[in-house]
Amino acid sequence: MTTALRHTWYMSQRQMRMLMRQPVWIAITLVQPIIWILLYGQAYKNITRLPGFGTSEYLTYLTPGIVVMTALFSGGWNGFGLIEDINNGVMDRFLVTPASRGAIVYGRLVQLAIVAVIQSAILLLIGALSGADYSTIVGLLVLVFAGILLGAAFGGLSNAMSVVVRREETVIAAVNFVILPLTFLSTVFLPQEILPGWIRTVARLNPVNWAVEAGRTAVFPSPDWGLIAIRMAYLAVLAVLCSLLATRAFRAYQRSV
Amino acid sequence: MTSAIEAHGLVKTYPGDVRALDGLGFSVEPGTVFGMLGPNGAGKSTTVKILTTLSRPDEGEARVAGFDVLRQPDEVRRAIGVVGQRSGVDREATGRENIQLQGQLFGMGGRELERRVSELLERFGLADAGDRIVKTYSGGMQRRLDVALGLIHEPQVLFLDEPTTGLDPEVRAGMWKEISRLSSERGITIFLTTHYLEEADALTQRLVIVDRGRIVASGTADELKGELKGDAIHVELHEPHADGQIASALQTLGDIREVQIEGTSLRARTDDGARAVPVVLQALEAHGVTVTSVTVSRPSLDDVYLRHTGRSFLEAENVAAAEQQQRHDRQEARR
Repeated sequence: MTTALRHTWYMSQRQMRMLMRQPVWIAITLVQPIIWILLYGQAYKNITRLPGFGTSEYLTYLTPGIVVMTALFSGGWNGFGLIEDINNGVMDRFLVTPASRGAIVYGRLVQLAIVAVIQSAILLLIGALSGADYSTIVGLLVLVFAGILLGAAFGGLSNAMSVVVRREETVIAAVNFVILPLTFLSTVFLPQEILPGWIRTVARLNPVNWAVEAGRTAVFPSPDWGLIAIRMAYLAVLAVLCSLLATRAFRAYQRSV
Repeated sequence: MTSAIEAHGLVKTYPGDVRALDGLGFSVEPGTVFGMLGPNGAGKSTTVKILTTLSRPDEGEARVAGFDVLRQPDEVRRAIGVVGQRSGVDREATGRENIQLQGQLFGMGGRELERRVSELLERFGLADAGDRIVKTYSGGMQRRLDVALGLIHEPQVLFLDEPTTGLDPEVRAGMWKEISRLSSERGITIFLTTHYLEEADALTQRLVIVDRGRIVASGTADELKGELKGDAIHVELHEPHADGQIASALQTLGDIREVQIEGTSLRARTDDGARAVPVVLQALEAHGVTVTSVTVSRPSLDDVYLRHTGRSFLEAENVAAAEQQQRHDRQEARR
């Protein structure tokens, strides 16, 4: 276990070095969410006259959803670097050393978490400057953490899939096929009160919605900590299961080389 | 003395019924350079992948540095260094960072690791380039970094899978020197695969020749060449002659053996090349065959290969390339 932790640390250092050399990536991945916040936030300013938003400022409602969504997308693309490592022979080199198999995936997830913190801070700042209002710092931390757990879960899936299919096109297709619908079948943009019944049912089983509900509840006044705890627990279990799946995927890889 | 590497009855089949290894077995004595020579697709890389725990055989077993590759993969990994056929360096990191991380994965750290990293950079002529991103390295520099990575933890057994493929002659010569130095200075066991006959000849103490996943010959380079007494005659014909008439006509000349014609290339063996040449040329002329060139040489490993597999090395390479292309096309079609 300690070896796995140590190796995770080394591997995440490698990831962070890579990121530091191309910090522009963080900005590029933020373009879309910033557009969501600015454009959607303005265009649907008055939508909060409908019931269920719990606030009269749509940005206050929307920004936590966008924070979660951004972490979700980071998770989805997380396996890409793994495909690159496989294609460049770096993976095979690691696999013939005593490197912890888990660390190869966990190192990437640590990087994901760090990036998520940076991105969330930027998005929340932009939200706040545009008029969003959050209640407490603790609430914001819970929101960011919910995003990280969701990102880690989908990052695990993305890594598992990347190791098995080893084709970027396939992963892109799968990510788009899964992530966009999951976003729209959640309360990222609209509260469940005004969603059709069947979407409400789906949303209850949708991990994206667990994260959005937990995070948004936390930044709203007088949060329901019971609900937050349950949602966070679901997310944590899912994140652990998905990263274990990614580690298992290396066995399939070993059989195929 | 226990062997540094021991393999028995290795079988590996890939999807699409490609039998990469077909009952391969051999043993390597500690401290020697052992060569595995064969054309592309003969099963060399598959063997390396199995011995280095990257891949699992369908059948058979193997021990490396005394550890079972299937049951004790972690012990094997700690004992070996691997330089894969493809470079495995992280091109987005510096040379120093590459070696550092590799050392950390082997449990090294602190001053000792720092000292060792600098030592390796120095030794492989990368001291000045150590803090540059690998992307800016030349092919030869990258290859040297690959070898440095394989040596960070002073392994007992070093695997070099086609270490000089794609390098220009000058760089290759440097790599040969390094390999010889490693084996003589450190007493490390080296398992080298190559499809260059001269490389196997120059570097290895013992070698096996593989073809289609089987070992077709083994011994020292001299032993293998010694099996072929006399000289090799190589006649380049003006145009291809596929019919067996010429071959059988030459066989009857007495001192001419093992006549093989492949396209425009005619090969034969004889006890005394100088005496045989005029006889052969006369016979060919009598059959109306025009000759472009004639060479007489001491047997090379290419001749050994030809004798054991019934095809020349070049021919085998071409077949392998065609098969690979077919497999690739099939895979693409499946997608």
